[in-house]
Amino acid sequence: MLKVNNLRAGIEEKEILKGINLEIKAGEVHAIMGPNGSGKSTLSSVIAGKEEYEVLGGDIELNGESILEMDPEERAHEGVFLSFQYPVEIPGVTVTNFIKTAINESRKARGLEDMPASDMLKMIREKSELLEIDRKFLSRSLNQGFSGGEKKRNEIFQMAMLEPKLSILDETDSGLDIDALRIVANGVNKLRSEDNAVLLITHYQRLLEYIVPDVVHVLVDGKIVKTGGKELAIELEDKGYDWIKAELA
Amino acid sequence: MSLKDKLVSSHIVFQESLDPDSPIYDVRNEAIKHFEEAGFPTKKDEAWKYTSLNKVTKSDYSLFPTGEAGLDYKDVKRYFLHSLDTYKIVFIDGVFSSHLSETTHAGIDVCTMRSALTQTKYKAVIDVYFNKIAPKESLISLNTAFAKEGAYINIPRNQVADKPIEIIYFSTGNEAATMIQPRNLVVAGENAEVQIIERHQSLTQNPVLTNSVTEIFADKRANVDYYKIQNDNQEASLIDNTYVDQYDDTIVSVHTFSLGGKLTRNNLNFYQKGEHIDSILKGVTIIGDKQHVDHNTLVHHAQPNCESHQDYKGIYDDSSTGVFNGKVYVDKIAQKTNAYQSNNNILIDDKATINSKPQLEIFADDVRCSHGCTIGQLDESALFYLQSRGIPKKEARALLMYAFANTVLESVKIPQLKERITKQIAKKLGVNVGFAL
Repeated sequence: MLKVNNLRAGIEEKEILKGINLEIKAGEVHAIMGPNGSGKSTLSSVIAGKEEYEVLGGDIELNGESILEMDPEERAHEGVFLSFQYPVEIPGVTVTNFIKTAINESRKARGLEDMPASDMLKMIREKSELLEIDRKFLSRSLNQGFSGGEKKRNEIFQMAMLEPKLSILDETDSGLDIDALRIVANGVNKLRSEDNAVLLITHYQRLLEYIVPDVVHVLVDGKIVKTGGKELAIELEDKGYDWIKAELA
Repeated sequence: MSLKDKLVSSHIVFQESLDPDSPIYDVRNEAIKHFEEAGFPTKKDEAWKYTSLNKVTKSDYSLFPTGEAGLDYKDVKRYFLHSLDTYKIVFIDGVFSSHLSETTHAGIDVCTMRSALTQTKYKAVIDVYFNKIAPKESLISLNTAFAKEGAYINIPRNQVADKPIEIIYFSTGNEAATMIQPRNLVVAGENAEVQIIERHQSLTQNPVLTNSVTEIFADKRANVDYYKIQNDNQEASLIDNTYVDQYDDTIVSVHTFSLGGKLTRNNLNFYQKGEHIDSILKGVTIIGDKQHVDHNTLVHHAQPNCESHQDYKGIYDDSSTGVFNGKVYVDKIAQKTNAYQSNNNILIDDKATINSKPQLEIFADDVRCSHGCTIGQLDESALFYLQSRGIPKKEARALLMYAFANTVLESVKIPQLKERITKQIAKKLGVNVGFAL
């Protein structure tokens, strides 16, 4: 599904990603772990198409097609979804109106009519129940005054509504208490299928106890330096990142 | 002949056409004298530094349009809040239209200034309130000199207006150019409550210049909720002069929605003359082309323990220009004042301009006053967030602008009006607003 070939990218002439190779197949869950400043969030932003990052070399393919030339919205229409580490607060737009606009714009891009309001409401009801979201929450302004847990639940709610092929969860576990983490992880697990894939970006192993990855990659200084199974995450939790850095040196 | 000369020379004829026993006969004569001395304000006046009246005083305006042209309700229905039952005071080219209006004298007076100025039963109110707060400034004097028609609203003590009042001034464009000078008076007695919606609407592209004066008195514990809809044609200009006197425990709010017109100048002034007063001034401005909107506000805190809240937002496209000049005076005696002012602007086009000038003069020491002003473009991270959800850049920009303006609407207390303005703003910005849960 996702194929990253020797990707190099940076911001303002500073190279952050120094040749990333990554392949994620449909149905798989991959985790990328790494110390602060290793380039984890840069990788997620570059895949989603954030303009301030410059791609210096390599390619990103989704289902065999390069997405590098696509705008963020086109990537979304192709099925890329990014759950933000810090979701942006947008006063004046309700969660419902936002998600409705997003769904209908994606449908428009695929040549479909707007989703009928009754279908939309039904879907909103189902997905909000999945993430244990109160109905009142949906008529609030997007992310405004939301707690950390509410913001992340709202991100996964959007993921559930948009039904992406590739979901990138950027530090979704940060700022979550254990109950919120359980709800969010449960939501993600229920949305997993043979047709979609998940890329988890995380600093800690904690999230991986709830969303069990098939493959774990370790990112250090802009490069994937180690790849293994879920046991690699446990090893990292026990020993920290220093032994990998030592191995490299 | 200049517009000033034309106005001055026509005043004698105007006065002769009216009752010399009118309670304001002398007031009008003094006013025209003052206007003759002062003339129209120019950019040399500090308060008019960024707004020039040159362009709008050039047309050869007809000063006394006949207003014989009737309008069918069905043709102008869309300018009314037709989904809501309201009192209506409607004027066509400055002349009262009884068939489009719905006035009342049942407990409250919702009628015309002409009635109030000519019938003796209103004389007591006119003597106490007419031209009592509006200061001696040239445009006020000009309006006073020709004061004859407008809305007269008197909500006596302990009365609540049972439905909102719409004041609409239509210009038919039957004359090549028309100047209109409405004079409104709103008196809310102790504990009285009233909601008012005012609109000026030109029906053709012929130039219209409106110089309007509104005086609002809120006696103890009164609540006045006023909305101004400024969404007029390209050739229509409006100078709105509004003065509010507030006494103990009153709440007066004025929302101004400036969505169109050639030149719009709002002189909005609040005078707090009691304690525990709340003054609310809110505005949304969304303009483009070469349109110009100027908000010139004043809140004078003259007594302790009062609040004021100013929140003005503007979105400027093309070569449009905006001005915000917000004055807050806090007298030495006005301790425990809470005065907030914010003015946030988005410039869409490089050619658009905004001049924002907060002006706080605080002489009391135990007060909380804040002001903030931003001028900027849209937030890039918010734009990326929306795009990453599949919303194309153009639509995402529109949605963010809509969101930016929409927060001011939260305090609109008439749901039908709120919905209507929300839709107008959305349409103007190209946003498809959805359903609410």
